[in-house]
Amino acid sequence: MSGAIVTSKKVWQRHDRKTQLAVWAAWLFGTAVFVYCFQLISERTIWAFVWDAPAQAADLGARMVPPAWSYIHYLWRPIWDTLNIATLGTIISIVIAVPIAYCAARNTTPSVAFVRPVALFIIVASRSINSLIWALMLVTIVGPGVFAGIIAIGLRSIGFVAKLLYEAIEEIDESQVEAVRSTGASAAQTTVYGIVPQVMPAFAGITVFRWDINIRESTVLGLVGAGGIGLELNAAITQLYWTQVSLMLLVIIGTVILSEWVSAKVRHAII
Amino acid sequence: MSLALPAHRTWKKPPAIKRAWLRWTLIVGAAIYLSLALGTTHVNWSRVWEGLPRGMQFVTAFLPPDFTSRWTEIVEGIAETLWMTVAATVVGIALSVPVGIGAARNIAPLPVYYFCRSVLAVSRSFQEIILAIFFVKLFGFGPFAGFVTLSFATIGFYGKLLAEDIEDMDPSQAEAVRATGAGWLQWLNYGVQPQVMPRMIGLGLYRLDINFRESAVVGIVGGGGIGATLDTAFNRYEFDSAAAIILIIIAIVMAVEYSSGYLRRWVQ
Amino acid sequence: MLRIKGLTKRYRTGDLALKGIDIEVPDGQVMALIGPSGAGKSTVIRCINRLVEPTAGTITLNDTEIVGLRSGELRRMRRRMGMIFQEYALVERLSVMENVLSGRLGYVGFWQSFMRKFPQSDIDEAFRLLARVGLDHMADKRADELSGGQRQRVGICRALIQNPELLLVDEPTASLDPKTSRQIMRLIKELCGERKLAAIINIHDVMLAQMFAERIVGLKLGEIVYDGPPDKLTPAVLTQIYGEEDWASTIRKADDDAEPVDEIAPATPAETPVIERARLAGLT
Repeated sequence: MSGAIVTSKKVWQRHDRKTQLAVWAAWLFGTAVFVYCFQLISERTIWAFVWDAPAQAADLGARMVPPAWSYIHYLWRPIWDTLNIATLGTIISIVIAVPIAYCAARNTTPSVAFVRPVALFIIVASRSINSLIWALMLVTIVGPGVFAGIIAIGLRSIGFVAKLLYEAIEEIDESQVEAVRSTGASAAQTTVYGIVPQVMPAFAGITVFRWDINIRESTVLGLVGAGGIGLELNAAITQLYWTQVSLMLLVIIGTVILSEWVSAKVRHAII
Repeated sequence: MSLALPAHRTWKKPPAIKRAWLRWTLIVGAAIYLSLALGTTHVNWSRVWEGLPRGMQFVTAFLPPDFTSRWTEIVEGIAETLWMTVAATVVGIALSVPVGIGAARNIAPLPVYYFCRSVLAVSRSFQEIILAIFFVKLFGFGPFAGFVTLSFATIGFYGKLLAEDIEDMDPSQAEAVRATGAGWLQWLNYGVQPQVMPRMIGLGLYRLDINFRESAVVGIVGGGGIGATLDTAFNRYEFDSAAAIILIIIAIVMAVEYSSGYLRRWVQ
Repeated sequence: MLRIKGLTKRYRTGDLALKGIDIEVPDGQVMALIGPSGAGKSTVIRCINRLVEPTAGTITLNDTEIVGLRSGELRRMRRRMGMIFQEYALVERLSVMENVLSGRLGYVGFWQSFMRKFPQSDIDEAFRLLARVGLDHMADKRADELSGGQRQRVGICRALIQNPELLLVDEPTASLDPKTSRQIMRLIKELCGERKLAAIINIHDVMLAQMFAERIVGLKLGEIVYDGPPDKLTPAVLTQIYGEEDWASTIRKADDDAEPVDEIAPATPAETPVIERARLAGLT
């Protein structure tokens, strides 16, 4: 026997060599990408402004207090408009999104080959475009005002509502539908008795959830001219009325918190 | 077997809301609200009518969209948007980890908890756009303002979800690690991190997706990126270029969504 | 009279689920269809109702050919067949009454059913059926608040309110405990007796099949391997259907035979005779 001593101390490593390498490579790659991106951003940045920013912020902050409380009387109307944009927009989106969801769900669509891809494309298109971009388009088309805002919110929400709804439809219990169909019910009756009751809670939840999001979104639509409190905000900022701006920010926070509370309450009541 | 039933027992579907007064209050309230809302929403129909040809023009601009005449600006804008998205997601997540840990009630001491929670609340209450306006004021026009905006918004989103995840974790696992005599950081690393990690990776990719969408609009208020290009195209009524930009945004959103979904499955 | 001739079903995956089956069920006969999982029992029932499209063969119910009916005719055909399901398949978020009335959907128009304005005769019948199964006080409860046995009774009402000529029953007891299973089976048998209804009952519990069916058909890999009375079901036959196993204890003893058909509706849960019989059969 030669003295070939096998040093069989077991080495423990969290990953084997290959995984370890892959993890390191991923980190390296990620860091490189980040550094590259940041480099490019920094090339287009005037750093003097950035270093000056804290002082600017302090200055801005000082000019914002105290909020111009008396100006609140001029804000009730924009707040009401904002609320209407969100609510009416949500209603419009529901009316359109329901049939689209019905066409997009694999188990209810009239045709998997033709109708479903179209419905899915509508959903993706509506979801990809931010409501502000929709508003931008609509303001040039139908003119500035609340109407453009309502339509913008409606168009943006279609994709959201339809996507969540069609996923809910695809998750229903098929045996209940089959049972209704087996009684000799027509397609419409099968939908009303077999499918609608099953997706109703999800539907109500989605609606309220989207309404809540829409309140947030409609606060800014005014920046491109689509009505609501954003319009006032934009005007105050361009005219440098900072005390009014701070009041509006407080109002926006208040509205958002209130709508969040309402939607949480309603969702709780439904489920 | 005899059944002593009244000859005709009527049946009506019981109402969804059992209390009659509540039901009627809701119905009447909704009706009043709707009529008021519709009544006070002034629609300038003649302006809408005037705009319809322009709308048609816009729709026809999609066939075919004009990719060529503004191509350099579009490429520039898209590139800027992508940098902003990546950099802001990385920085935002890196910053939101300490904030999220601080905002978890079961880990952080009370003063830290309140501080971190209020940071999250501020970041979440404001639309990205409003934040962008202020950051543009502070940092000047360009992608840096957009980058800061998205980073800050990411903190609100990611930090809140991280905090909730930590609060929901299984305390017995974390306790077991603590029982071994681990230090605080070791405890975080061994007791907490493994529990929240898989979900947080998924959410990080999801946030990347959101940041891309949002970065497309912060440009409208001066935050750089494709939004600025789009805004210019609209202001000049160059609908065919705008259509091209919108199609590119849709394509990239779809690509990001698909690849992030794929990555999420791969990571988990 | 239901006549099935040469019924064949090949699924899109290529599996041949049924290989040319011939069955005739005369009016008023309660027939049990037994066999191992995957034998094609569910497929037979679903083909009769055309929830599954048969590949070949003919099915006639009282001289109407079912295969090849168009949608309108198919609807009218379906309402002549009541179906009872394994997991009850009630629409869980609808009330008991709505579930029962959904059995009338084939008879009323869309708006009528949408507004829940069913004819008074339907509502009378629904209350009568619910009373018959002991659930009339539950009419406005939501279906998901009921227990398994109660749900299956609602399912039975839904099938019977169709005023069917044939009952198709798919594993009615699969999700029920032994006692409730017997109550449900007895209820089905009694109701078939009262209405002179033919029934095809898919069931994997051989003993229950023997207790409540007048005729048993054994299915194996899509073919009929036994068709005869319950007492001819010998260990040899069961081995042929299910494969090798000690069957002696499964087969019903002769003294368990007498079933009181006129027993009161199973609304009253305390049915000691059932429990005793269950114990005799070695079930409890």
